[in-house]
Amino acid sequence: MKNILTGAALTALLATSASAEMLDLEKDELTFGFIKLTDMAPLAVAYEQGYFLDEGLFVTLEAQANWKVLLDGVIDGQLDGAHMLAGQPLAATIGYGTEAHIITPFSMDLNGNGITVSNEVWDLMRPHIPSMDDGRPQHPISAEALAPVVEQFRTEGKPFNMGMVFPVSTHNYELRYWLAAGGLHPGYYSAQDVTGQIAADVFLSVTPPPQMPATLEAGTIYGYCVGEPWNQQAVFKGIGVPVITDYQLWKNNPEKVFGITAEFAEQYPNTTLAVTKALIRAAIWLDENDNANRPEAVEILSRPEYVGADYDVIANSMTGFFEFEKGDKRDIPDFNVFFRYNATYPFYSDAIWYLTQMRRWGQIAEPKSDEWYHETAKKVYKPAIYLEAARMLVDEGLANEADFPWESDGYKAPTPAEDIIDGIAYDGRAPNAYLESLPIGLKGQQIIVGSEVQG
Amino acid sequence: MTAVDPNILDSQAREARRATWFTRINKADKWLTVLGLSWITPILKAIAGDNPKAQFGEIWRLLGVPILAIIGFLALWATLAPQVQTSLGAVPGPGQVWEQAVNLHEDAVRKGESRAKFQEQVATLNERRIANGQEPVQRAYTGAPTYYQQIGTSIATVFFGFLIATVVAVPLGIAAGLSKTANAALNPLIQIFKPVSPLAWLPIVTMIVSALAASNDGLLPKSFVISAITVTLCSLWPTLINTALGVSSIDKDLVNVSKVLKMGTWTKITKLVLPSALPLIFTGLRLSLGVGWMVLIAAEMLAQNPGLGKFVWDEFQNGSSSSLAKIMVAVLTIGIIGFLLDRLMYAIQSLFTFTNHR
Repeated sequence: MKNILTGAALTALLATSASAEMLDLEKDELTFGFIKLTDMAPLAVAYEQGYFLDEGLFVTLEAQANWKVLLDGVIDGQLDGAHMLAGQPLAATIGYGTEAHIITPFSMDLNGNGITVSNEVWDLMRPHIPSMDDGRPQHPISAEALAPVVEQFRTEGKPFNMGMVFPVSTHNYELRYWLAAGGLHPGYYSAQDVTGQIAADVFLSVTPPPQMPATLEAGTIYGYCVGEPWNQQAVFKGIGVPVITDYQLWKNNPEKVFGITAEFAEQYPNTTLAVTKALIRAAIWLDENDNANRPEAVEILSRPEYVGADYDVIANSMTGFFEFEKGDKRDIPDFNVFFRYNATYPFYSDAIWYLTQMRRWGQIAEPKSDEWYHETAKKVYKPAIYLEAARMLVDEGLANEADFPWESDGYKAPTPAEDIIDGIAYDGRAPNAYLESLPIGLKGQQIIVGSEVQG
Repeated sequence: MTAVDPNILDSQAREARRATWFTRINKADKWLTVLGLSWITPILKAIAGDNPKAQFGEIWRLLGVPILAIIGFLALWATLAPQVQTSLGAVPGPGQVWEQAVNLHEDAVRKGESRAKFQEQVATLNERRIANGQEPVQRAYTGAPTYYQQIGTSIATVFFGFLIATVVAVPLGIAAGLSKTANAALNPLIQIFKPVSPLAWLPIVTMIVSALAASNDGLLPKSFVISAITVTLCSLWPTLINTALGVSSIDKDLVNVSKVLKMGTWTKITKLVLPSALPLIFTGLRLSLGVGWMVLIAAEMLAQNPGLGKFVWDEFQNGSSSSLAKIMVAVLTIGIIGFLLDRLMYAIQSLFTFTNHR
């Protein structure tokens, strides 16, 4: 009976898509890059479910060695588009690092990261973390528990090193946010010194995601912030303990985006729309019926050409669990969100949060006006393309009218204080006021001169 | 008694037959040695009835000992491997590695199926395009390559690089062998560049290839060209050195003959220099191909050329419980293919040369 039903549904689907008008594609052979992380799922699903082909797109997906290689690939045209860190299009557009105008018509997911520390550090932290009645540590764990450990390392003359995946990565900002919320200074960047370690208590450095567990095991770093499956990998390998997920840090924070060059979008407008349509369908599929398709998605991701980690490791976070210490499995149903809560809509306010963090830590060296934040966000995030693609899907009967924020002006409602670990609310409309409200970090007219904060 | 004893006649005929058999076996032996199957000869001889005891000794040495050594190696591997615990689990033994080899084959079959699915989807797409009044399209398959295709890419890359190396090295080697001046000019460069590792060449090659090939629409993918040229740069030297040596050590009498006959340079090279230097040139080529194959894996790993090197790198990055075993499958594949390539060169060498100096 079920088979007949799905069969009928399938025919219905084919019939609707067959009748659909096909976009006149300017370019139909495309190569997209990705990094081996579970949040590349929309790309893999769009490929495996045939959504790209439905749009007439012949897409090749290529794993990239690291975020820099990936970004350079998109800029010099080897890649037509890629799964990117939200900070990458913004940083490239404002000329921090390689300068290039990159835009995003599609946000790939919410949440999905975690912070893991080595077993040694965990054992030192544990006495400072309150326990629940059943003896398990109380969540969320604040970096205040880490502060005495860092202090101890400092008196022993050992620098406390942690890894993140890229200077403008979500992971860098999240790790910094967590440390700063616990009173630990993660260090400033300046135009002269791009190591990001000025005045730092904890020294952060770059490691590509898939190498994180190996680097932690080698003892080069004592902890890291990275996307899945590399936190769960540490648990399975028994080399580290995740202390907090970014969902606990900031509920439903924006994560990866799909980035293309502005040139590409201009030259190939229909192709851009078609890609966006396929990706929206993939995101819908991933979250459909209360994550019913997630096990299948995990199977796809565990193939060696995509993420390639073991099924069980990927399944943990993708199917709504997160294992902290071995055996301490907790429900985090929204650990990976691909479509719910308008996850795929490229909100200006998300872009502005990243820009504020760049300013907070000195990657944007000079003070900027609120106006500048809004304009930069609008240069990079393109909800217009997104809504046009969504409208087509609704017209073709492949998406629900109600699932899209048609009337949004591009700004999310302010995130309430209780959704963020340190209780500081975020409103994307007032970036400078938000910067003022953060205790650690640059604000107002402050700039870094040498290794001092001035102003 | 005019009739000859039929027994004698019979035994004479048998002797003759045996003699032809042995000549045949000895002829075949040359080729069997080339193919690395020299152990077949004593078996054939024993069957033909040659002193079984001596032949048995040969069989034991050529077949028994290697097999025992392999069994010993496998046993040692199987006992020692599980005792080393890595973060990916215990080091896999021969059993798990075999399992993964089978797995990779099944994966190739599965990918064949998804290729069929892809074709189907393209067919549906084309129906829709036609219904919409658009031209149908046909495009190359976009899925991930199978293990066999990755092996194919690696072999193609190494031969491409090797071909460029040969084209560059043989003429230079001849020049260096014929003229002391050319030799003096080339020698320091050879000495300096010969020991440079592929890892050092790669970034330079990457930058230059990227700069020269501005667009990505060339005939060959950039990563392929980068890996191939890195192979060229590292595998150039054995051919160059051996060619020069082969050319410079030609029999003086032959050189004198060429002078007497007033041969032109070109005739001299084709009629005299090449034929007599051929054995050493081939020795050089054989060494070059070996070096090229060794270097290729490193080059592919870094240039992300979709061959065996990338396979190893990707599996390392995947960090799944089967990754180590898969990498070991790749290591064995690399070894076996390297061995076969060497045999191939050896066979070609035997075809072209007439002396025993190899």
